[in-house]
Amino acid sequence: MIKIDISKKLHGSSGVMDLNIDLDINEGDFVALSGKSGSGKTTLLRILAGLEEAEGTIKVADELWLEGKRSLVPQKRKIGYVFQEYALFPNMSVEENLLFVNKDRALADHLLKITELGELKNRLPNTLSGGQQQRVSLCRAMMNKPKLLLMDEPLSALDPDMRTKLQNEILTLHKEFGTTTIMVSHDPSEIYRLSSRVLVLDQGKIINDGKPKNILLKTQGSQKFSFEGELLDITKVDVIYIAIVSIGQQLVEVVVSSDEAKNLKIGQSVSVSTKAFAPMII
Amino acid sequence: MIETLKAMEFTPFILSFKLASVTTLILFFISMPLAWYLSQTRSKMKPLLEAITALPIVLPPSVLGFYILWALSQNSALGAFLEEQFGIQLVFNFAGLVVASCFYSLPFMVQPLQSGFESLNKNMLEASYISGKSKLTTILKVALPNMKPALLTAIIVTFAHTVGEFGVVLMVGGSIPGETKVASVAIYEMVEIMDYSSAHIYSIIMLIISFVVLLSVYIFNQKQNKKFGAF
Repeated sequence: MIKIDISKKLHGSSGVMDLNIDLDINEGDFVALSGKSGSGKTTLLRILAGLEEAEGTIKVADELWLEGKRSLVPQKRKIGYVFQEYALFPNMSVEENLLFVNKDRALADHLLKITELGELKNRLPNTLSGGQQQRVSLCRAMMNKPKLLLMDEPLSALDPDMRTKLQNEILTLHKEFGTTTIMVSHDPSEIYRLSSRVLVLDQGKIINDGKPKNILLKTQGSQKFSFEGELLDITKVDVIYIAIVSIGQQLVEVVVSSDEAKNLKIGQSVSVSTKAFAPMII
Repeated sequence: MIETLKAMEFTPFILSFKLASVTTLILFFISMPLAWYLSQTRSKMKPLLEAITALPIVLPPSVLGFYILWALSQNSALGAFLEEQFGIQLVFNFAGLVVASCFYSLPFMVQPLQSGFESLNKNMLEASYISGKSKLTTILKVALPNMKPALLTAIIVTFAHTVGEFGVVLMVGGSIPGETKVASVAIYEMVEIMDYSSAHIYSIIMLIISFVVLLSVYIFNQKQNKKFGAF
């Protein structure tokens, strides 16, 4: 069990903000941390790693990592941390990056095998692709046999195919090592596939906490579909108005009445939903 | 010409390089923790420390030399203390030159090291801490190997700058042959007694050595950047 009860003043882009987190996490859980940028996700992760100061309590199993202002140094926490931009040691080969953490050669070989990096073990990190580098980073984090694995948007710089592949590897390692994992992610499909619990942060506070399905599905009542998007334009065509909305990577046209058109402002975020029809998946 | 060369006394050169080597070695160990501290600290004292460290760059060497001479002479408290307690005299001898050079060349070692440490990926250092490694291990195994160009620049520039110093050495060391008469002082004296041929030989040697050293540094740096990619 991980008990977190911390507070910290943050100086963000929108002025001073209080980070206030009171949270229990079960051992072996896979928790996704979601929320707008600047909501305090990375700071929370860095406080858990001991890289940033905070006040309060962090208790992992029977160990106190934070008590008041007294904080256990990152060196003694035995955690794994995967940075968004890999942060590998450029002067060391793939294998040396792993062995630097822990001299356990058998574990290193095992990890490199799972992530299909065996043949690249003598290469320097900057000769690898982004996806390969992030796998090395993941392996390096596991070399600590961490009780707690922290990942800060580990896959956001990768293309979709590589993401799916790495998601599987992350899940494999999470299960095999029985770690408690906390991952910052913005990608709903990634969160759904990997996590057993989602926390949504806003302005330094948890505003939503639950199962991925309950939190990620945006439909209400009898709605079958509901998408969040940005209103890009409204044009008048004869007697009706057509709104152009950007949803994900796609643009869609939606017919709106003149009353609705008057109340909408270009640039605002809108929710597009439909009721009662049977969609096709092709 | 050959005869002039044969008759040349090269002791001042040897002295210059000995002084530069000892100074560089001492400064390397003094500057490492200072540069690391300056690169990592968020303290309000940082600008003050940086200003003090950079002083020798802007101060006229005669001013620096005068203060060092004054501080180390037996008339000052420090000089008297060293003399009485340890029997050490630090003016007009080689040891005094080393002390003076360490002050004079300090910024040339600290600044490249500091900017080298600052240019490192912070997350990379944090990854080392999280891996359970101490700050010292992180500096030795992670930071330094990934800032070789900065390391080399610091060492070479400090060395070259110490070889090239003149005013401070003259003030603190004078011109005692074999003890404090370094190459730059020797050239000055040759010109004063209008021995231009010797001055030419000494000067061209200094010029060539300095150029070759700087050229090798820049070639090395270019190769390193290609190998690891610019950070």
